[in-house]
Amino acid sequence: MQQIIYFISKNSTRLLFLLLLVVSLYLTTQTHSYHQSQMFHSANVVSGTVYEKTNNITEYLHLKDENNRLAEENARMKQILYNSALIVDSTFAVNPSIRIAQDYKLFHAKIIKNSFFKKDNYLTIKGGKLNGVKKDMGVINSKGVIGIVENVSNHYATIQSILNTHTKISAKISNTDHFGTITWDGKNTGYVQLVDIPKLAALHKGDSIVTGGISTIFPENIPVGLVDKVYTSKNSNFYTISVRLFNDMTNISSVYLIENVHIKEILELEEETINE
Amino acid sequence: MNNTTVLNTLRFIVLVFFQVTVFNNIHFFGFITPYPYILFILLYPLNVNRHLFLIFSFLLGLVLDIFNNSGGVHTTACITLAFVRQNLLKMSFGYSYEFHMMRITDKISSELVTYVVTSVLIHHTVLIVLEIFNLHFIWEILLRIITSSIFSILLIFLIIGLIKSPRR
Repeated sequence: MQQIIYFISKNSTRLLFLLLLVVSLYLTTQTHSYHQSQMFHSANVVSGTVYEKTNNITEYLHLKDENNRLAEENARMKQILYNSALIVDSTFAVNPSIRIAQDYKLFHAKIIKNSFFKKDNYLTIKGGKLNGVKKDMGVINSKGVIGIVENVSNHYATIQSILNTHTKISAKISNTDHFGTITWDGKNTGYVQLVDIPKLAALHKGDSIVTGGISTIFPENIPVGLVDKVYTSKNSNFYTISVRLFNDMTNISSVYLIENVHIKEILELEEETINE
Repeated sequence: MNNTTVLNTLRFIVLVFFQVTVFNNIHFFGFITPYPYILFILLYPLNVNRHLFLIFSFLLGLVLDIFNNSGGVHTTACITLAFVRQNLLKMSFGYSYEFHMMRITDKISSELVTYVVTSVLIHHTVLIVLEIFNLHFIWEILLRIITSSIFSILLIFLIIGLIKSPRR
């Protein structure tokens, strides 16, 4: 017994180091596993406030870009309004035929921290539980998909960016029903990869890629990007497509959150079906 | 509360603040980001409890991880550096390092350069390897370790130069 105490007191620094190392490695591996919420994240009061204050200052540098984007969006909205009998371009998010008013609710939120140079990127937004933000809401802006809400605190939330090697978003080639999955290889912030598109699909450079209707997170037909390169492999029946994003992920400030009003009903039904 | 405690608390807050608001937003060529916040660990007083030092380094890393949404990579890198600091000091300043440490920032000697360079390399290696954690990106890992280290080292000497001048 005495020897154990002696051993502990002699090596106390080393033991403390090992203990802390185990804790920090645990925190690290947690983020490497797929779609697991982090224990510590920047959607808390302290870091949220710091990011909000700094964003209040840096926001002025992008006001011009932001104004242009809003003007463009307004123009498109007006176009729909004046031509509301027509079906607008399929790459456009608020297509009247999707009936957004009935199935989906949209919230506006401001990005207070953006990240894009890592392999697993997260964004922080102002707006949390008290503003109606929930986990797994879809995040878009006027140009296309941004990511999915990951962690929510009272006033802030973190978003798993589309530029995150763990993100998987269902997508399809516009005007067809060939579905695949959007992933990111961690290399270029302007491009994502669309995998599992069968070789039967007719593909051309410049085709637009939109979200598929089979997820409960995003409505159908939200733009993602354009087909840039198509890779084929002899061993597989599927294409791997490099998609150029419509969004410049390094320069975004304002986003919309999408809530699927029926998500509870859908999930309950699916659970019932499995349990039967 | 004595002078050293106040100084170290201030150093902690100021370094974290500038790391989060300024240095984390620097991405030279899209991938070079400096991490001069480890100055807190480098300049931490020598004659104090090593357990406390390890715990403060752990907290420093944890705060950075919370701000960066990076899980525990900064934490791991920080405690690794804190753990090996004594050996690094012995290696660069010799066994009588405790006397030298009193004036560590007085002049930029070759000993100080060795100390800072090895520390930064160890910290950045752990940090970037854990952050990417994929053999597929081995060349990118190496490139980022080297370039970010160079940038961090330059910034650290710049900061040391800035904080020592008023004492003259």
